[in-house]
Amino acid sequence: MAEVLVLVDHSNGTVRKTTSELLTLARRLGEPSAVFVGEAGEYAAAAEALGRYGAQKVYRVESPDVTGHLVAPQAEVLAQLVEKASPAAVLVPSSTAGKEIAARLAIKTGSGLVTDAVDVQAGEGGGVSTTQSVFAGSYTVTATVTHGTPIVTVKPNSVTPEEAPGAAADEVVDVTISEAAKGARITESKPKEASGRPELTEAAIVVSGGRGTAGDFSPVEAFADSLGAAVGASRAAVDAGWYPHTSQVGQTGKQVSPQLYVACGISGAIQHRAGMQTSKTIVAVNKDEEAPIFELVDFGVVGDLFTVLPQATEAVNAAKG
Amino acid sequence: MNIVVCVKHVPDAQSDRTFNESDSTTDREGVDGLLSELDEYAVEAALKLVEEGEGEVTVLTIGPAQAADAVKKALQMGADKGVHVSDEAIHGSDAVATSLVLAEAIRKIGSPDLVLTGMASTDGTMGVVPAMLAERLGVPQVTYASELTVSDGTATIRRDGDTASETIVATLPALVSVTDQINEPRYPSFKGIMAAKKKPVETWSLADLGVDASQVGLDAAWTKVESFTKRPPRQQGQIVTDEGDGGTRLAEFLSAQKFI
Ligand SMILES: Cc1cc2nc3c(=O)[nH]c(=O)nc-3n(C[C@H](O)[C@H](O)[C@H](O)COP(=O)(O)OP(=O)(O)OC[C@H]3O[C@@H](n4cnc5c(N)ncnc54)[C@H](O)[C@@H]3O)c2cc1C
Ligand SMILES: Nc1ncnc2c1ncn2[C@@H]1O[C@H](COP(=O)(O)O)[C@@H](O)[C@H]1O
Repeated sequence: MAEVLVLVDHSNGTVRKTTSELLTLARRLGEPSAVFVGEAGEYAAAAEALGRYGAQKVYRVESPDVTGHLVAPQAEVLAQLVEKASPAAVLVPSSTAGKEIAARLAIKTGSGLVTDAVDVQAGEGGGVSTTQSVFAGSYTVTATVTHGTPIVTVKPNSVTPEEAPGAAADEVVDVTISEAAKGARITESKPKEASGRPELTEAAIVVSGGRGTAGDFSPVEAFADSLGAAVGASRAAVDAGWYPHTSQVGQTGKQVSPQLYVACGISGAIQHRAGMQTSKTIVAVNKDEEAPIFELVDFGVVGDLFTVLPQATEAVNAAKG
Repeated sequence: MNIVVCVKHVPDAQSDRTFNESDSTTDREGVDGLLSELDEYAVEAALKLVEEGEGEVTVLTIGPAQAADAVKKALQMGADKGVHVSDEAIHGSDAVATSLVLAEAIRKIGSPDLVLTGMASTDGTMGVVPAMLAERLGVPQVTYASELTVSDGTATIRRDGDTASETIVATLPALVSVTDQINEPRYPSFKGIMAAKKKPVETWSLADLGVDASQVGLDAAWTKVESFTKRPPRQQGQIVTDEGDGGTRLAEFLSAQKFI
């Protein structure tokens, strides 16, 4: 069976859930080979998780030439592996960096690229068939790659990760990175304070606040914590400086697709919808019964979030016992 | 410093966007179009850099006849000249072909110090053209800039990442894509609108760029849309008005749906 390359998404060796999702999808297409790019010593933490989700092989690349330089060197690494392994497909997480790596890889290898897939299947006559959700979730599109090696970036939460033991035999690969790929250098990196909540794009539940919070996110956060949810925000809330930009949901923020999305004090502008419309269940709390967000909801409460959310939080905490 | 800004003419997001039945491409004729809002930030960033120093801002677009409007808007904002690549054969091009044509047009404009783009188009939102273009031009790429300064042959940007705020340095020439956090795009002034009428705009065909028609368009695409289906509009669910029990009812709904 042909190999399927999966670019591992990790932080200091801790493998993200998106990687187990990609490995699960890769098994539909062939034999998963993980590609681990990191600093020396980080791999130890990753090995077990990669094997647990079915990686038969792991290509290890540990080089400061790759880690200190944004996306171009990673595209070179993958291009060299595509050349070597002639894989049936390359799967990359649909993060901003993931999409750029995939884009450069497509040009380098003369391959078709599908971004933001929500499903990946083996094609009927071989090849790979992808499903995407476009125009703010209003259309579902299926596509195939007709040229080169199919390169697909897959959105988080597109599949439930399933365990399947794999050998995870690791192979250290020596890659040569061109000078051109090293033209952009990360010179400073200020880590952000962790919120202790789940990561926005991976969370099963997201509770977001908008201009309706008037700057006080505490009821939104308390409700999120009762549900173990991530906290998101509309651009209006972010622009006002009430919440960090990295929490923005929408066209120019994060695209989320959780099981449950709760919009609190958010009107539901088209640019906001673009980031949350594919959520499985949508709930809104808004004072204005005419707010467009109510067109999307499975359940809506017309009311003041400062009374509705605390009451709901209390009821949820009570139900959990 | 000479800057090329790539701008796209897109269907208005407020209107109903759809596909052409015949060939599964985005319908660009049946809807109103405008300069992609996200590209206005790139135009503004270019104008600021040139105002601080010297040089020229050229705006570049690929698209059908209507796309000239996007160039016009950028010229009204203050860009110096425009290039519009328009050719029947381009219809249906994907990001791979778009980046090829952009790269050739940029070479013909004359190697700029900086190529600026938006973070993504508001219609496709693939956000991959900048990376592909950098790959083709062989220049460093720094994307999603929320701050940008240029001095002594280097571009320095700040990028607001999930886990860290990063400073990234690239040697010029480079490609930079900017986010909607970087600035507040100006509105064209009356003077700007009048001045734009006299600014040079060149219209180029594929032949002018030496690009073969077989390399672009729907048939040259390396991916193929097999089907598109309109999602049934979401059925509006239950809406309750809070009469003192709104929170409790919300919790009941979540409990019935097994979220608790
Ligand atoms: C190029 C571009 C990109 C954009 N990208 C994004 C994006 O990525 N994400 C995004 O979110 N937006 C984006 N926007 C902005 C978008 O158009 C809206 O302006 C924004 O989403 C509005 O945020 P909001 O719903 O919080 O505020 P508003 O539209 O002001 O809505 C606030 C809502 O809160 C309700 N409310 C007020 N008080 C209370 C209360 N006490 N209890 C309950 N409800 C209350 C009001 O009834 C109202 O419906 C973008 C815009 C542009 C032009
Ligand atoms: N047809 C086009 N003409 C000019 N610039 C474009 C075109 N398509 C994309 N771009 C540029 O590439 C950026 C990202 O586009 P995309 O990858 O399509 O989301 C846009 O913000 C533009 O700056």
